[in-house]
Amino acid sequence: MDMKTIKRLLTFCKPYLKYLYLALICSAIQIIFTLLTPVLIGRAVDHVIGVNQVDFDLLYQILIYIALSVMVAEIFDLLVVRLSNKMTYAITKDLRDQLFEKYSKLPLSYIDSHPHGDLLSRMSNDIDLIGDGLLQGFTHLFNGIATIIGTICFMLYINVPIAMIVIVLTPLSLVVATVIANKTYKYFQEQLALRGEMSAYIEEMIGHQKIVKAFAYEKTNQEVFEEINQRVYVSGVKSQFLGALANPSTRVVNNIVYASVCVAGSLYAVSGHMSVGSLSSFLTYANQYTKPFNEISNVFTELQTALASAARIFDILDTPVEKEVQSPQTITHPQGHVQIVDLTFSYEPKQKLIENLNVEAKPGQTIAIVGPTGCGKTTLINLLMRFYDPLKGHIYIDGIDTMNMDRDYLRSLYGMVLQESWLFNGTIKENIAYGKEATDEEIIEAAKNAHAHKFIIQLKDGYDTMVSEEGGNLSQGQKQLLCIARIMLMKPPMLILDEATSSIDTRTERQVQDAFDTMMQNRTTFIVAHRLSTIQKADQILVMNHGQIIEQGKHEELLEKHGFYHHLYYSQFDVQHDNN
Amino acid sequence: MWKKYIKPYRKEAITGFGFKLIEAFFELMVPLIVADIIDNGIGNSDTNYIIKMGALMFFLTFAGYGCALVCQYFASKTSQGFGTYLRNDMYKAINAFDYEEIDNIGTPSLITRMSNDIVQIQLAVAMIIRLCSRGPFLIIGSLVMAFRINFQMALIFMLCAPLIALTIYMVMFKSLPLYTNIQKQLDHVALICRENLSGIRVIRAFSKQQYERKRFHEATSKQKDEQIGVGKISALLNPFTNIIVNCGIMLVLYVGAIKVNVGTLTQGEIVALINYMNSILLAMIAFANTILILIKASACYKRVNAILNIQPTIIGGNETNGVSDAPLVRFDHVSFNYHNAKAIEDVSFTIDQGETIGIIGGTGSGKTTLVNLIGRFYEVSSGQIYIKDKPIQNYTLESLREMMGFVPQQAVLFSGTVRKNICWGKQDATDEEIDEALQLAQASFVYDLSEGIDTYINQDGHNLSGGQRQRLTIARALVKKPELLILDDSASALDFATDAALRKSLASLDQTTIIVSQRVSSLMHADKILVLSHGQLVGMGNHQQLMKDCLIYQEIVHSQLSKEVA
Repeated sequence: MDMKTIKRLLTFCKPYLKYLYLALICSAIQIIFTLLTPVLIGRAVDHVIGVNQVDFDLLYQILIYIALSVMVAEIFDLLVVRLSNKMTYAITKDLRDQLFEKYSKLPLSYIDSHPHGDLLSRMSNDIDLIGDGLLQGFTHLFNGIATIIGTICFMLYINVPIAMIVIVLTPLSLVVATVIANKTYKYFQEQLALRGEMSAYIEEMIGHQKIVKAFAYEKTNQEVFEEINQRVYVSGVKSQFLGALANPSTRVVNNIVYASVCVAGSLYAVSGHMSVGSLSSFLTYANQYTKPFNEISNVFTELQTALASAARIFDILDTPVEKEVQSPQTITHPQGHVQIVDLTFSYEPKQKLIENLNVEAKPGQTIAIVGPTGCGKTTLINLLMRFYDPLKGHIYIDGIDTMNMDRDYLRSLYGMVLQESWLFNGTIKENIAYGKEATDEEIIEAAKNAHAHKFIIQLKDGYDTMVSEEGGNLSQGQKQLLCIARIMLMKPPMLILDEATSSIDTRTERQVQDAFDTMMQNRTTFIVAHRLSTIQKADQILVMNHGQIIEQGKHEELLEKHGFYHHLYYSQFDVQHDNN
Repeated sequence: MWKKYIKPYRKEAITGFGFKLIEAFFELMVPLIVADIIDNGIGNSDTNYIIKMGALMFFLTFAGYGCALVCQYFASKTSQGFGTYLRNDMYKAINAFDYEEIDNIGTPSLITRMSNDIVQIQLAVAMIIRLCSRGPFLIIGSLVMAFRINFQMALIFMLCAPLIALTIYMVMFKSLPLYTNIQKQLDHVALICRENLSGIRVIRAFSKQQYERKRFHEATSKQKDEQIGVGKISALLNPFTNIIVNCGIMLVLYVGAIKVNVGTLTQGEIVALINYMNSILLAMIAFANTILILIKASACYKRVNAILNIQPTIIGGNETNGVSDAPLVRFDHVSFNYHNAKAIEDVSFTIDQGETIGIIGGTGSGKTTLVNLIGRFYEVSSGQIYIKDKPIQNYTLESLREMMGFVPQQAVLFSGTVRKNICWGKQDATDEEIDEALQLAQASFVYDLSEGIDTYINQDGHNLSGGQRQRLTIARALVKKPELLILDDSASALDFATDAALRKSLASLDQTTIIVSQRVSSLMHADKILVLSHGQLVGMGNHQQLMKDCLIYQEIVHSQLSKEVA
């Protein structure tokens, strides 16, 4: 086991150490009394020998001891479980909160380059597994070890030779369990891999069942599926059988011990070296003795899983976060004068994307970014917003280097509407007021400006309508309108728009365009443009291809160049001329 | 459902069950033997008897082990076989669903049912065979044995056993609903995390990290409280059952002592009774755990069964060919309601062979629904669609969809090579045919990839750009040489240049094509343009005609094209 991870995980227990110590003390008390009970019962049996050979006075006394011992053991058992629960759930909560905080501080490049499903599964599954491991560890590990030691002591106290039989034979069950576990492991891995393959296939095919239907591919898929399924079956029978072996196998060892104790104990009893009551307590011990062994081996498997999960969590917690500047600068009256100077950037060192870019946007100007799909238009936005930092060069706003600004402050200067509209689980009102606390009047005003008011009041609960996960109950266009309303409310000095109108209803699109025009007035705007009117009106056009800015200038200038822009522009036009 | 899927494995199930019973029977014998050893062996100082009985115990131990192995083997075979059959059938059922059913249930739900739910049921099947026979048998057996030893002593058992059962029942049923709440709360925690990952740019743009952290913190706090709450209840189980059992043992000792004193009970029998009392407790707890698994499984079973019971509403006819020179598609006063809302209302039009048809309209105007009706992915609510002069219902679903080449709105590709993806359109397409389709779809970029058409595409095509994916989906439809090509807003991820080149190459074919788009430039050259608004056909004609007499079309054109062009 990885000691480093264990130590690290233990640091998370620190705030709850008092619970841990209390739990250990309670556990020790509980075990002593739990183990005492069979001895007392054995004593009681010894006072019930035969006709007229019953010592009632002593028996009653022992019965009272039994009752007390049971009560004490169970009360402390309850305490142990409660304390471990409290500790475990508090630790998993802390882990979740820390991980979440980390997510919110990680550089975007990290989040972008890791599958979200994986990050999510660390948040839910991995931390759950750690919780299970801790709970098992807290409740069973100490308890198990203490029970084993305690049992050995009690047995040695009653009868040394028979105790030796149990002590020697029982580890057999551990050996058996380990052998089986090792054998099974391989098959379990195989089974997991096959299940994974199957899930991936189901996810892909059912996820796109509409395409499958459109191409009448159902039969082919059924065949592929049944083939995978058959393999799952064959390996499943093997792994399930082997996995299920562990239980009866350890039980058989346990039964051997039991029978041995019974025979040896009886022989001792015959020779008068042991009482029947002691034999009875011994049998109870023999019966219970393998249980902690099994539990401890379970704990170790669970801990192993938990540690693997913990390592995955710590992996993320150790990733360096974005650095913040020491004494951030701010702008008193932002004008929106943006200067990009000698900017160089690439996602991967090998592939240069932006090299020595120089752009100046005077206050209120519109900068259009155009280019074919996947040309890297969003890269520039990433740099403007400092989602990513440039390798070289600077971006100045009103003469101040954005590198010297607080990221949050910088971002508050921009209003951004992205291609993929993002809404969270909450009411429409909350979603619009996401950027800024606002009165109902202000919210409605903003929604009206974004032409969203009309559709909102048509919804059943109006502004209080809940937006479900990822806004599933709204159309793409409506979601976009809400995102625009969000910006309308903020009134930022600069705008970043990414094909903001591409998915909006064709008819409302023009109205939104008008609203945009008003919003863009006196505001410096960077817009990833697809529409001719936007491009033509722009003060400057950046033409991008393969991640690089290849042409730069005003519409007319660029046309005169007869370059890439010219080609791009006329490829749109000539078809239209054909039809006119 | 149980019957149907267990049936092929009935023999295995019964064998497994039987062997488990034998094992449990052996287990039950042990305390009795111990009592015999104490009373006869120790009582009479008969060492031979002790050794003989000891040998019997060893024999029972190994015989029991053998039985357990046989049982495990058959249980594994039955439950795995059960699950395998069930999965096959479920996949078949889902394959038969039409769009509306898939929309209703939702893909994530289908996937969980198919994987997790069936695994749970499978586990339950194995548990029934393994534990449901053993648990009750041991409990009843222990009771019977107690009665055999002494009737009055057995009454103590009759008192304790129900009390243990009641305690288990109370704790389980108090905590079960709470566990559901915890699961819900965990889902909520995951939801916030997912929102934060997908919306990370927006959250950072608005500098709301602090706020989101607070939101998350609240959710995890609530989760923690709920977990501790349930923990408190389930922590009660062990202490209470232990107390009941030990009270039982004390009663056995107390009453037993009186009986031993008068000679109606022996010392060995008291030891046996104590053993039976302990084994009842163990059996009951194991049985309770089985029940818990069964409860979980029955919820899963309901969810799976719901899928299996859905009857697909769209069933194909028998015909495979229509009238050869008739109009390809004819809508006759077609209406379609989706979730009780009118999605398409009284639409009539005809598509002749060789024509290019444009469909334009805003989001939610019914464009996609309209083309989905042509593929009979949804069933019309009223009116009739004719394909080559025959009602659409007459065709087998396969032959109907064979006629059409769909290019869906979302450019979906499957993991596998480019070739494998293109071959979805035509399973036995040759390299030449693939090449032709790629050229037509402006997808010759494929040849620049490291391994050409044998380049591997990741799931969802993440190693290609949106535009590249879109062109491949177009090639996939074209390789079919379909009678009707349907492009459902398929050019949206393409830049203007590629879009134009694609339209040119399509125009060179004599291909009947439907182009659905929000972009006027994509379809203004079509032979006929259908203008949809709120499910109604508000204009039909070519560009010039519509410019003259369709107000909505004019509005769309003006909003998109610069004045000189329009």
